[in-house]
Amino acid sequence: MTLPQLFFAYFATAMTTLSLLVVTRKNPVHSVMWMLVLFIHIAGLYLFLNAEFLAAIQIIVYAGAILVLFLFVIMMLNLRKEETVKKYQAQWPLGAGIGIILAVFLVSILGKITVLPALGKYSIEAIKSEGSMMTIGKVLYTEYLLPFEVASIVLLVAIIGAVVLAKKRIE
Amino acid sequence: MVPLSWYIVLSAVMFSIGVFGFLARRNLLIIFISIELMLNSVNISLVAFSHYLQSMRGQILVFFVITVAAAEAAIGLAILIAYYKNNPTIKVDEINLLKG
Amino acid sequence: MLKYTLIPLLPFISFLINILFGRNYIKDKAHWIAVPAVAGSFILAVSAFFDVLGGHDVNVNIYSWIVSGDFNVSVGFLIDQLSAIMLIVVTSISTLIFIYSIGYMHGDPGYYRFFAYLSLFVFSMLMLVMGNNFLVMYFGWEAVGLCSYFLIGFWFHKKSASDAGKKAFIVNRFGDFGFGLGVILIYLTFGSLEFMQVFDKAGSIAGQTINILGNDVNLITLICLLLFCGAVGKSAQLPLHVWLPDAMEGPTPVSALIHAATMVTAGVFMVARCNPLFSMSPVAMNTVAITGGLTAIFAATIALVQNDIKRVIAYSTVSQLGYMFLALGVGAYSAGIFHLYTHAYFKALLFLGSGSVIHALHHAGHHDEQNMQKMGGLKKYMPITYKVFILATLSITGIPFFSGFFSKDEILWRAYQGGDLGKFLWLLAALAALLTAFYSWRLIFLTFHGTFRGSHEHEHHIHESPPVITVPLMFLAFGAVFAGYVGIPPIFLEHGDRIGEFLAPVLGHPAGHGTHAEEIFVILVSIAVAVLGWMVAYNMYIKNTGLPQKLQDRFAPVHKLLFNKYYIDELYSKTLVQPMLKASDKIILGFDTYIIEGIVNGVPNLIGAFGRKFREVQTGMLSNYALVMAIGAVCIVGIWVFLK
Repeated sequence: MTLPQLFFAYFATAMTTLSLLVVTRKNPVHSVMWMLVLFIHIAGLYLFLNAEFLAAIQIIVYAGAILVLFLFVIMMLNLRKEETVKKYQAQWPLGAGIGIILAVFLVSILGKITVLPALGKYSIEAIKSEGSMMTIGKVLYTEYLLPFEVASIVLLVAIIGAVVLAKKRIE
Repeated sequence: MVPLSWYIVLSAVMFSIGVFGFLARRNLLIIFISIELMLNSVNISLVAFSHYLQSMRGQILVFFVITVAAAEAAIGLAILIAYYKNNPTIKVDEINLLKG
Repeated sequence: MLKYTLIPLLPFISFLINILFGRNYIKDKAHWIAVPAVAGSFILAVSAFFDVLGGHDVNVNIYSWIVSGDFNVSVGFLIDQLSAIMLIVVTSISTLIFIYSIGYMHGDPGYYRFFAYLSLFVFSMLMLVMGNNFLVMYFGWEAVGLCSYFLIGFWFHKKSASDAGKKAFIVNRFGDFGFGLGVILIYLTFGSLEFMQVFDKAGSIAGQTINILGNDVNLITLICLLLFCGAVGKSAQLPLHVWLPDAMEGPTPVSALIHAATMVTAGVFMVARCNPLFSMSPVAMNTVAITGGLTAIFAATIALVQNDIKRVIAYSTVSQLGYMFLALGVGAYSAGIFHLYTHAYFKALLFLGSGSVIHALHHAGHHDEQNMQKMGGLKKYMPITYKVFILATLSITGIPFFSGFFSKDEILWRAYQGGDLGKFLWLLAALAALLTAFYSWRLIFLTFHGTFRGSHEHEHHIHESPPVITVPLMFLAFGAVFAGYVGIPPIFLEHGDRIGEFLAPVLGHPAGHGTHAEEIFVILVSIAVAVLGWMVAYNMYIKNTGLPQKLQDRFAPVHKLLFNKYYIDELYSKTLVQPMLKASDKIILGFDTYIIEGIVNGVPNLIGAFGRKFREVQTGMLSNYALVMAIGAVCIVGIWVFLK
């Protein structure tokens, strides 16, 4: 096993374990904390895959914003008593079966996947010469300008939606 | 060198774990977290493809997925809170208003 | 091409705009759309007419309508001499009547609806006239019937009006059924529905027979008789004439446009259009001629004693349509179309004039506004209406140098030449002309002369209609007087029969084989009966006003028979309608109670039972739904796995 493969083996094991921890903890705060560790691992994996910008975004947006949002909600809901009851639904064996079967199917298809030799122009060297930020920025603001603007509208809608939903009813 | 398929298998396994969490848990918050988990697993595969195909498209897509995930989390949690105000439970098997 | 497409399209656009936006936006401004549209059609029609006059016929397919195997029908236009004349008649009269309607329908709550339907009617009529195959014609044929139904029942809150609409529609169904069968038979025989192809191939099936219930029937005769069925229904010939007098329940402009000038002449137009087929079948020709002749005299006798001003004119229309069929039946197609053309103007004028009278009486508060016995002496209040009425009457009775004279005389002369049967028909037609003269003058004398027979208060309020009504009347009066000058008999003027020569390429122009002496005899007879009719009417209604009552008492049974229109409505009611209703009652009791209601109640019960079982699947829990969805997704992935 080469060094990169060893690295990957660590990440894969850690991330699978962390994922299982996230979905099995009874206390949602614990889940969120494990999720945080998982996100840091994912960011590491992104670095490994030459995506520095996304790694940064992963930490800032997911860990910094979304998870904090979850924590806020948990705090607001004050779910102490929830911890005393069963954490799984009645249908959990079915869910587990589905999950396992899906994993087997996906692995059996995707495990054999290979890359065609016809490669794009963003080789590691090309990205390195400009830097990951600049490369992604150029693509985002030229080729994907319209989707980018649409994304901003999606966020705006989310803001308005959240405000409307969360505010007190005015009788 | 790490083969591409390893990343994809990792992504598939994480996704299945997310599916399991989504289907099995009672706590709505954990279900939301499972959704985030599934989105992240897909992101991993996208970044891996992007790297191995030397194309920027995958990363751009991840960027948009994160955007949508943020919006979804915000709206979803807002709905959760709004619901909780009316009916103080977040146990998903006690929420059956869809039943006619 | 656009020009020809626009001719029917303009009224259709007007219809769409008025029906879609009329109720809320256009309201009482509907005529600002409808009148320019139909006037535009008129201008284009005139231009098309001059194209034809310049020898430029059009036979073009606009687009493929139905393509199914060998069955191939296009929407296409055929503009030749015949359709050019019809286009002029339809669009010119429509334009005048649209303008007239602005005044007549003013203030009616359904104003926009009226113009919408009227526009739709013009569109349909133009499609009927312009179509280059039987299916387009059939489309127009049915569509004008539909518009006729809408417009007869325009005041649908009046029971008699909606009943009359239904009656017209149902009676027409009898005829249209035959017409439809005829079209199908034409397709089966010729493999095509286009006029030109059918007429070209017509010669090849001469003498062919078809076996129906063990009898050999001449194929072409059968086709012609089936087509003629449609004409009998639409043009209100015996025995399907019953709907037309009742159709007078509609607003008067409708009676003028649809039930006098244009739609009811569709049957005449259709027979003339199919003249290559009819000419091949003497049986069919004789049927057409005899039906026409009998209808002419039959309707004229009824008109003698009716009191409703519009009904008299309606029966007069039936009678004049009979004339047209008589002409077609003796092979004088162009004479039939000529009479159609002149009749359109003077009959529209008569109707609109009576509309003007009704309008004036209605506004004066007179309740029985259509009963001539309650009128009288209107001459001094409505001078314009009176004058145009006189002109129209002179024209319809066939006084020389008015347009009706030329066309009617042409028909009488052609009939006279047609052998023994022709002589007999001529006799019928001449008698009908006498009756026509009598009842037309009776109408004038009862309405306009003498003293007013309503109350004084009403009399005080009667005044002439506004210009929007009288101006179209004057235009029509011009047509009623001068329209006939395109067909002066050759005996008066060499090449005087312009219209006959114009139509000759389509309709043929049978050479007369009578002598000049005979022709002059026929003309003298027709003048004589016209004058005689006037004299009798003058005697009875001006000089000796007690005479009609005496005659009525003396010949009470005859009067009763005529007044009740030969009891034909009652006959149909007894033999067709009542048994049908009784049978329907039985069917409703048995069939409806057990079978229809069984199905109607059974199906929901079944669905309900299933529903009660299946609703248990709907737990209302999100996770269950998600689980099912996930199972589906896994199955799809699984299919992929196992197929690879």
